[in-house]
Amino acid sequence: MLKIKNLHANVEGKEILKGINLEIKAGEVHAIMGPNGSGKSTLASVIAGKEEYEQTEGEIILENEEISELEADERARKGVFLSFQYPVEIPGVSVTNFIKTAINETRKAQGLEEMPAKDMLKKIKEKSELLEIKRGFLSRSLNEGFSGGEKKRNEIFQMAMLEPKFAMLDETDSGLDIDALRIVSNGVNKLKTKDNAVMVITHYQRLLNYIVPDFVHVLMDGKIVKSGGKELAHKLEEHGYDWIKEEMKMA
Amino acid sequence: MNELRFMDLKDKLISSFYAYEDHLQVTDQVHDVKVQAIKDFETLGFPKKKEEAWKYTSLNKLLKQDYNLFAQVEDALDYKEVKKYFIHEIDTYTIVFVDGVYASQLSSTTHDKIDACLMSSAMEKEKYADLLEKYFNKIAPKSGLNALNTAFARQGAFINIPKNTVADKPIQIINFSTGKENNLMIQPRNLIVVGENAQVEIIERHQSLTENPVFTNSVTEIFVDKRGMLDFYKIQNDTHHASLIDNTFIKQMAETHCSVHTFSLGGALTRNNLEFYQKGEHSNSILKGVTLIEGKQHVDHNTLVHHTQPNCESHQDYKGIYDEKSVGVFNGKVLVEKIAQKINAYQSNNNILAHDDATINSKPQLEIFADDVACSHGCTIGQLDEEALFYLKSRGIPAKEARALLTYAFANNVLESVKIGAIKKRINKLIANKLNVNLGFDL
Repeated sequence: MLKIKNLHANVEGKEILKGINLEIKAGEVHAIMGPNGSGKSTLASVIAGKEEYEQTEGEIILENEEISELEADERARKGVFLSFQYPVEIPGVSVTNFIKTAINETRKAQGLEEMPAKDMLKKIKEKSELLEIKRGFLSRSLNEGFSGGEKKRNEIFQMAMLEPKFAMLDETDSGLDIDALRIVSNGVNKLKTKDNAVMVITHYQRLLNYIVPDFVHVLMDGKIVKSGGKELAHKLEEHGYDWIKEEMKMA
Repeated sequence: MNELRFMDLKDKLISSFYAYEDHLQVTDQVHDVKVQAIKDFETLGFPKKKEEAWKYTSLNKLLKQDYNLFAQVEDALDYKEVKKYFIHEIDTYTIVFVDGVYASQLSSTTHDKIDACLMSSAMEKEKYADLLEKYFNKIAPKSGLNALNTAFARQGAFINIPKNTVADKPIQIINFSTGKENNLMIQPRNLIVVGENAQVEIIERHQSLTENPVFTNSVTEIFVDKRGMLDFYKIQNDTHHASLIDNTFIKQMAETHCSVHTFSLGGALTRNNLEFYQKGEHSNSILKGVTLIEGKQHVDHNTLVHHTQPNCESHQDYKGIYDEKSVGVFNGKVLVEKIAQKINAYQSNNNILAHDDATINSKPQLEIFADDVACSHGCTIGQLDEEALFYLKSRGIPAKEARALLTYAFANNVLESVKIGAIKKRINKLIANKLNVNLGFDL
């Protein structure tokens, strides 16, 4: 599904990603963990195509296509999705109109007609139920005045509507209480199929109890320094990151 | 006019006035008003750039042209060709002028419960003499442009909503220019009287049908009596060769509610002189605008709210989006007299510069002589939010559409307060056309 080879990226002239190699196959869930400032969110933004983040080296290959040169919207239409850590508030654009535009622009790019209003409504209803979103919520301005939990639910709602091939969840668990965490993870799990893949970025093991990863990678100082199965996340939860640093020194 | 090429426009206008004075088909009274007006114009002249209110808008280019003052319209316009300029989705009264001359076949006037007709016919009728005496040329302050209009105006809309009457339909005033006369100068003159406890909605549009230059100097006087309500919508989406100076003056009595929405989406030079005079307690004035221009277009909103009575409100909210080399001006003056306590005056002007070459001059002017008032003003100038653009793009929305969506969102609260759905839809469509997008929904 997604192959990343020797990815280097700068933010405001400073190198943040220093050679990342990662392969995520269809049907897999990968977790990226690591201390603050290790480059986790930068990795997600670079894959999503954020312009301010300059990819200086390496390749990002989505289903055999190198996408490094594509604009963010083109990547999204090819199936890349990023659930933002801090979704932007956009007063004046309702959740419904936003998602309709996103879906129809994607269809337009694929040479398809706009989705018929009836189908759209049906899909919105179905997916909002999955995330236990109330009707009134959908006519509110995008993220404006939303609580932390509402913002994250809205992100996963968009993911459900857009059905991406490769979804990145950036700290989706931050700011969530236990009920919201359950709803959001349940949503993600229901959307998971053998044909798509998910990359979960998190600080804590907590989310990984709900969204169980096949692989866990530890990112430190812009590099993946350790990879393992889900048990690695438990170890990190218990012992922190220091033991990895020790291991690195010894090596 | 061509033989007068070497005279300056002011002198030309004055000499043409005297040349046509004897052909004026008006009452002696109106004749006297016009003669006085041309004398005033002679003294006051056109506004100069050194005047504070004209600091950022120069008329020089316009005043260097030769103008035809008297259009001869030969054939009538076909409704099918101009239908798109009407808000035709709803039933309205229409008062339509072509090159400044009344176009009866495009109009639908009434004298039934309300009067929606022509200034010229109102001036001929004895029953309107009192109203005209009271309000015609009484609300507009003395200025060179107003005087010029008073001297030359031959036609315009006359709207009279009697006491306790709600106009059953909105009224559209449309001024077309055909370009058959090159460099036409049009000076429409409207008078609107909203009686006690009466209500009306008005839509006004100036539309040039060709690329030939046209210069409109329009004056609209509005009187709203106690508890009256007026909602006025101005659609300014003209060609790059049409210039407009819109002078609108509203006198509000107690407990009145008046709103003016100005949508400035196109024109060579557009200057809006919009002035509200509150003359009774508990009156409310609302001024809102969306400006969305590009190329070398120039739009100037020069507003005044004069609070002369206590316990009143005014709300101003102007949004501007300027692309390419366009220039915007917002000069909003709020004047609160000493007696006008407990005033709540709010003013906001937010701008987006979509291009490095675009300019906005924003100048709030608050002159407050009362001590117990709540007056606020705010002005912002910025760009579209890059984080928001990335967010929209990350959902598959292309850059152009993402920019359009954010532009809509920016203008949305002005559009939201439009009470007529068909106007809201039309403005949405005009904006979408301008931004070259089809978002498939109305905000």
